[in-house]
Amino acid sequence: MRDIFTLSLIASTIRLSTPLVLAALGGLFSERSGVINIALEGKMLAGAFTAAAVTYAADKSLGLGNASPWAGLLAGMLAGLFIAAIYAVSCIKFKADQVVSGAAINILMIGMPGFLSGAFFLSSGSTPQIPKDHLLPQSPVIIAIAILVLVAVIWYVVYKTPFGLRLRSVGENPEAADAAGVSVSKIRYSGVLLAGVLAGLAGAYLSIGQSSLFARNMTAGRGFIALAALIFGKWRPVPTLLACLFFGLTEAISIRMQGVVKLPSGEDIPVQFIQMVPYVLTIVVLAGFIGSSRPPRALGIPYQKEK
Amino acid sequence: MTKLARELLFPLIAVVAAFIVGGILILIVGDNPFQAYGLLLGSALSWPDGIGYTLFQATPLIFTGLAVLVGFRCGLFNIGAEGQLYIAAFATAWVGIKFANLSPWILIPFCCAAAILSGAFWAAIPGVLKARFGSHEVINTIMLNFIAVALVSYFTQYHYKERGDPILQTAPIGQNAYIPPLGKFIPGFPERIPLNVAFLLALLCCLLVYLFLWRTKWGYEIRATGSNPFAAEYGGISIGRQIIIAMAVSGALAGMVGINEVLGNRHRYYDGFSDNYGFTGIAVALLGRNHPVGVILAALLFAALQHGGIYVDGFSEHVTKDIVQVLQGIIILFVAAEAFFKWLLQRRASMERLRA
Amino acid sequence: MLELRQITKRFGDVLANDHVDIVVKPGTIHAIVGENGAGKSTAMRIAYGFYTPDSGEILVNGQVQDIKSPHDAIALGIGMVHQHFMLVETMTVAENIILGAEPGSVVALDLKSAAAQIRQLSEEFKLAVNPNEPIEHLSVGQQQRVELLKALYRHAKLLILDEPTAVLTPLEVEEFFVILRRMRGQGKTVIIITHKLSEVLAISDEVTVMRDGRVVGRVQTKDTNAAELARLMVGREVLLRVEKPEPKIGETELEVKDLSIVDIAGAKRVNGVSFEVRRGEIVGIAGVEGNGQSELIEALAGLVDPTRISGAINLEGRDLKSLGARVRRELGIAHIPEDRHRRGLLLDFSLAENSILGVHYRPPIAGVLIDENAVQRRAAEIIQGFDVRPPNAALPARALSGGNQQKLIIGREYHVAPKLLLVSQPTRGVDIGAIEFIHRQLVSLRDNGCAILLVSAELEEVTSLSDRLLIIHDGKIAGEVDPKVATLEEIGLLMTRGH
Repeated sequence: MRDIFTLSLIASTIRLSTPLVLAALGGLFSERSGVINIALEGKMLAGAFTAAAVTYAADKSLGLGNASPWAGLLAGMLAGLFIAAIYAVSCIKFKADQVVSGAAINILMIGMPGFLSGAFFLSSGSTPQIPKDHLLPQSPVIIAIAILVLVAVIWYVVYKTPFGLRLRSVGENPEAADAAGVSVSKIRYSGVLLAGVLAGLAGAYLSIGQSSLFARNMTAGRGFIALAALIFGKWRPVPTLLACLFFGLTEAISIRMQGVVKLPSGEDIPVQFIQMVPYVLTIVVLAGFIGSSRPPRALGIPYQKEK
Repeated sequence: MTKLARELLFPLIAVVAAFIVGGILILIVGDNPFQAYGLLLGSALSWPDGIGYTLFQATPLIFTGLAVLVGFRCGLFNIGAEGQLYIAAFATAWVGIKFANLSPWILIPFCCAAAILSGAFWAAIPGVLKARFGSHEVINTIMLNFIAVALVSYFTQYHYKERGDPILQTAPIGQNAYIPPLGKFIPGFPERIPLNVAFLLALLCCLLVYLFLWRTKWGYEIRATGSNPFAAEYGGISIGRQIIIAMAVSGALAGMVGINEVLGNRHRYYDGFSDNYGFTGIAVALLGRNHPVGVILAALLFAALQHGGIYVDGFSEHVTKDIVQVLQGIIILFVAAEAFFKWLLQRRASMERLRA
Repeated sequence: MLELRQITKRFGDVLANDHVDIVVKPGTIHAIVGENGAGKSTAMRIAYGFYTPDSGEILVNGQVQDIKSPHDAIALGIGMVHQHFMLVETMTVAENIILGAEPGSVVALDLKSAAAQIRQLSEEFKLAVNPNEPIEHLSVGQQQRVELLKALYRHAKLLILDEPTAVLTPLEVEEFFVILRRMRGQGKTVIIITHKLSEVLAISDEVTVMRDGRVVGRVQTKDTNAAELARLMVGREVLLRVEKPEPKIGETELEVKDLSIVDIAGAKRVNGVSFEVRRGEIVGIAGVEGNGQSELIEALAGLVDPTRISGAINLEGRDLKSLGARVRRELGIAHIPEDRHRRGLLLDFSLAENSILGVHYRPPIAGVLIDENAVQRRAAEIIQGFDVRPPNAALPARALSGGNQQKLIIGREYHVAPKLLLVSQPTRGVDIGAIEFIHRQLVSLRDNGCAILLVSAELEEVTSLSDRLLIIHDGKIAGEVDPKVATLEEIGLLMTRGH
């Protein structure tokens, strides 16, 4: 048992929660503005693939060397932004059903990386390996500091700036915001686009930070865990961070337990039950069994201004 | 324009528009779109393999498409078909393993009932949560998908795997639970093609869903709830009950994928067998205009694409079978943003007025 | 200060504003009065940029202005307090007030100076609002003062108040008027939309009266009185007097005793109402909308959660309170709802499918399967018997005009031969021909021994149809009059002033 709870567990918790934190905080901007974001998964995939592809290309073809992961990171964020823009136009301008559009983005992004990597790298869905020294810095300390700074900034933006005030009001009561002279669609566009950038960043971290290539469906549901964390964190930055850390910890434990810890009967402790924890908790919280998690009141409802 | 033409027009526009966007993407990666689409759709029409496999692939999509349809008709979004079909497939296999020695006449209906009831049960959970606590079925069905996958993977790994089997799958079910491939009945159609009786069951379900929704009082109540819950309540219909019933029926339909997969194809539960059937079901239902006949047509289209994807992989230089998912995603986007096309038409109309 | 010139606005078939002219002088309190649906709110929402007019122009301080959004209106010094408050409940008073006009820089919200400024304004106008309190902790009266502060904070010179007293207790109304006078004293202009004549007389300098989308009167408050205003407001020409024989009144069908209803937020909407309806009579309930009629009818129909109801509802001596809508229908209650799109129809369903709503589950319509022939027969009977046009049972209900939709609902509810009919606003948005038809049908149902409870905001309708008339005000029965002898003014005053 002692082997599991070590310093390295903390390190891997940080590593594993980082993409969750980034994506969940992105989702926070979108959902706080009133737009559901089940497309986080798709945006993460877009970011992950683009970041890996661009890093590889920047390294091999442009010879950017050490700068290439940063080019990849930027590209990953832009990819998230691009996908978010499609989503935003469809949901905000054309008032499409947010859940349907989100599902469409997710399906599209299951296919797109494979399609592009098949064409450009002649592979079946993954990018070539990127040299270890051309990846993003991996020190848990640096990452932890970066995450803390980011959460602080986002907390500040949401609660202490005019933009944050408008964001919160648009998600709660868009009519009131409109009556106060706030442009509902402008704020919603900003929220959804910010979510895209952060989800793209989360994806980039997966492919050129945590690993060294893009592999088919490498997000493996992390976009949805991020969504779960957002709900568990009641759509607030700091609790959401804690939820992500908790979910990251469960993942870290489940990885380490495999083959290490045995039940008295000599069997492995089934990791599946630990993997289920975030999902079960989300359902429990949504039903109001533990405290209450009330979504922004206008979440999922297109704002239809009477003419 | 007749009603039928109107119903067909919009899905057709969405498909054509998606193919155009897809074609541009194919051009960008350096292939000939006509050749790629020729492979994609052409291979589905060959006898017997093309048609056989297309119909086989269409079977689960018809089930999940119907599942999503029933939810939609009650105003619910069942994103959980994926989880429901996993639970159901495992339950089917469990019955097929546990009671392997029963006569086929008892065992097969028993297995089918397991598929239907377990799927219904799994889907009823978010139904009850919504009716009782008002929690959003979209989030809950997503979460239950992951829980379902983890749950059946646990049971498979720890309790029902054959010792030493490197693959995460259960032991085979008893031969008495096998349902026959259609090759048994159709001369000249090889039995190696896994198209089986479940396909006929899927078609039957289309008919049954149609009758249920449009000919029974229960269907009337579900549709009334989906159309206007306030009016339904006024008409003496209990909204909460309809939500639970609709989710359960939806889950039962998704669960029948297990019959095709376990009794008709692999004869065991195999971890990760679903090729996103639950999510493709969303596309099938939407493109099929939430009508059983539309579901059959849309399922055939997506199945043909999926089958053709293999040929694209093999015979084109750059394009891979992933184009199928890409097309699917774009089709749903276009279907979802129906207003986009109306906007385009309006814009064109006003542009022409400007010119005139 | 503000002038609307020939403003016209149409919503679908409804002409909400028909060449409306309103002139508001600076430094005055100007009342706009009229019945519900007279077009008062529409006109003011146009002035505030919520709606764009189809034609006509808006002048602010003598200049023609193009007001496209509330943002433009605010920039011109116009503020509006809506009937339903436009407040974000989870945020604080200060946050709500500064929203859209935040002090400080883009990167830093200056909540401190905002709070100080709000305190100062609050003192200046004696509003007593704590800027750091969350909205959800405030009473309705306090929330209204937040709305006022919101406008004042934006330096509004003209305040439009939409039904500001509807939600206030009498004491709060007094305080509120003091605030308004203080504002006028400080040079602000106030427009107050209302239908309560006593308040108009108490607070305003000038009055514009609207009816059916048109301006029908402009008077100085000091030159008028309640009777004249009531006549202007409700006194439309008598279009049709319903011919009806003397009622043959039978036994008591419905008995309501000390009925109170609270809404979801816990506010009392109906307060200790008692009355009875006997077979063969039409009992009318007159009142300005929003005084508890809707809740009363919904509670009788079984559409209100029983936990929100106290008192007794007896049908032929049987207590209905815990029974659902379906059982009540089986016991013989039919219901023509006030909002046919929200409650009465499945707009995407065919006329045939709509004709069976409520009986769709039982013989002769259905066992398990719905008997298509029985549905078609029933639909045909309703369509013919009630002259629903076009007479095509396969059309979706959406395709019908308002009048024909209403005839379909009425036909459906009559078809079950009800013992008690609950009717709400039966002729709203219905053309004149259909109105007459609907009225005749109600009378003939009465003559067949049905007990009818009729709610209508159309005074003339409710007086000419009813055999007895109750007036509801603020959730209480304010009086009962004999509709044959009572004058419109008399009823109008009871409706608008209570006791």
